[in-house]
Amino acid sequence: MTKDACKQIVLDIIADIAPDEDLSNLKPEVRLRDQMQLDSMDFLDIVMELRKQHGIEVPEADYIHLASLDSCADYLTPKFEALGK
Amino acid sequence: MSFQPARIVITGIGLTAPNGNSLSEFRQNLLAGVAGVEPFDVRYMGRLIAGVCHYDPLRYQTRKGLRVGTRAGSISIYCAHEALKDSGLAFDSVPKDRVGIYLGCTEHGNVETENEIYAISKFNYDTKYWSHYHNPRTVANNPAGEISLALGITGPAYTIGAACAAGNLGLIHAAQMLRLGEVDFAFCGGVSESIHTFGIFAGFKSQGALATHADPKKASRPFDKARNGIVVSEGGCIYTLERLDDALARGAKIYGEIAGYCVNSDASDYVLPNPGRQAECVRKALVNAKLAAADIHIVNTHATATPMGDIQECEAIRAVFGQGCPETNINNTKSYIGHCMGAAGALELAGNLPSFDDLVVHPTINVDDLDPLCAIDGLVLNQPRQVAKVEAILNNSFGMLGINSTLIVKRFVA
Repeated sequence: MTKDACKQIVLDIIADIAPDEDLSNLKPEVRLRDQMQLDSMDFLDIVMELRKQHGIEVPEADYIHLASLDSCADYLTPKFEALGK
Repeated sequence: MSFQPARIVITGIGLTAPNGNSLSEFRQNLLAGVAGVEPFDVRYMGRLIAGVCHYDPLRYQTRKGLRVGTRAGSISIYCAHEALKDSGLAFDSVPKDRVGIYLGCTEHGNVETENEIYAISKFNYDTKYWSHYHNPRTVANNPAGEISLALGITGPAYTIGAACAAGNLGLIHAAQMLRLGEVDFAFCGGVSESIHTFGIFAGFKSQGALATHADPKKASRPFDKARNGIVVSEGGCIYTLERLDDALARGAKIYGEIAGYCVNSDASDYVLPNPGRQAECVRKALVNAKLAAADIHIVNTHATATPMGDIQECEAIRAVFGQGCPETNINNTKSYIGHCMGAAGALELAGNLPSFDDLVVHPTINVDDLDPLCAIDGLVLNQPRQVAKVEAILNNSFGMLGINSTLIVKRFVA
């Protein structure tokens, strides 16, 4: 799994969670919260969808790694690879 | 000097029913005999029939709002916006802490709970897949709370659980709160998302009270000899209520005045109605309204098309209106839209309010063979009836655990 592929997975999840948002200009290095309306329940949605769709667990202490698309990719890509994806 | 409670008037109506998404569309279909029952797939049970609302949920909500909230919340938001628009109130200038929201619900939370159980069944019932939205979706105040979020209302916002009497209860409670001076403007009525829970269908089926018919539009047929039960429906109807002085001061359009009401309890059975208590409820509402039975020109019945329930309500109506009421017309709205549960009372009243203006009583449809035990004087069957006058409308809504409600609305006369 490449980091770009990982970012796309996160983007697909965000597209479901925030269907009214235009995601085409999201800057990968900027915090998601600073670019769009996402609250704490939305972040829990990202965690839940990673669990449901991909079998990936994100412990609460690691939620900070979901701040931006880049940090998501850095944190999640090894987890996808560990699952053989 | 005796206490004179403030006069309370209806100044706005927003609704969605299985056969209409505005009062004008709803009324038009009630006069044209257009029913709104259709085939509907129910989880675990397959294709049944139900009353389904077809309002545009995106008119007042974002897609995210729809995803996070509930169907009852969405229906409530739609109806509240429509009612506010209809009221003509300049809402920006209204102190939001002086606005109340009082919504009747038959039940709330079954839909969302069933959805979550179904969802975790795909994960071997592991509760770590249970949604973090479950609690805000299932709290009993959810539909009212979603309106407060949508409109920025900071006054009291809650629901009133009153089984299928709940729609009337919403209006009654709002009138009381306005009279107490707790709020200056109230959104009130009833809401139901019941068709999205299989449990209510399965429950009525187990009870032998779920309607079936080859033609869905003929399935809900109160007073017909061949009636065989309830058509479950969703819906919502929200009114804006104000004290008369406030409504007059801003030149509001007035649909009618709350004349009187009564809420009582059978205290006799979980599900079986009690005609004696129903008649008592109607009589007490008449006393409360300072009206005689003969002053009522339309009685909108609760009748749900169960074999026993209709007969018992007719017995109660006969006891009150059976003699000396030649100008009392009796109708039923469920024959068009099925049973909208918590929204039923509020919707059914709304469908009759235009009679103050057009002097037409909408009929009960689908009565091909009137049950002699339901043959009460004044029944309006299958065709609208032009009448000489409509000065007062009496709306009955009854519910399980023996809760009865009667609400009387009279023509507004300054």
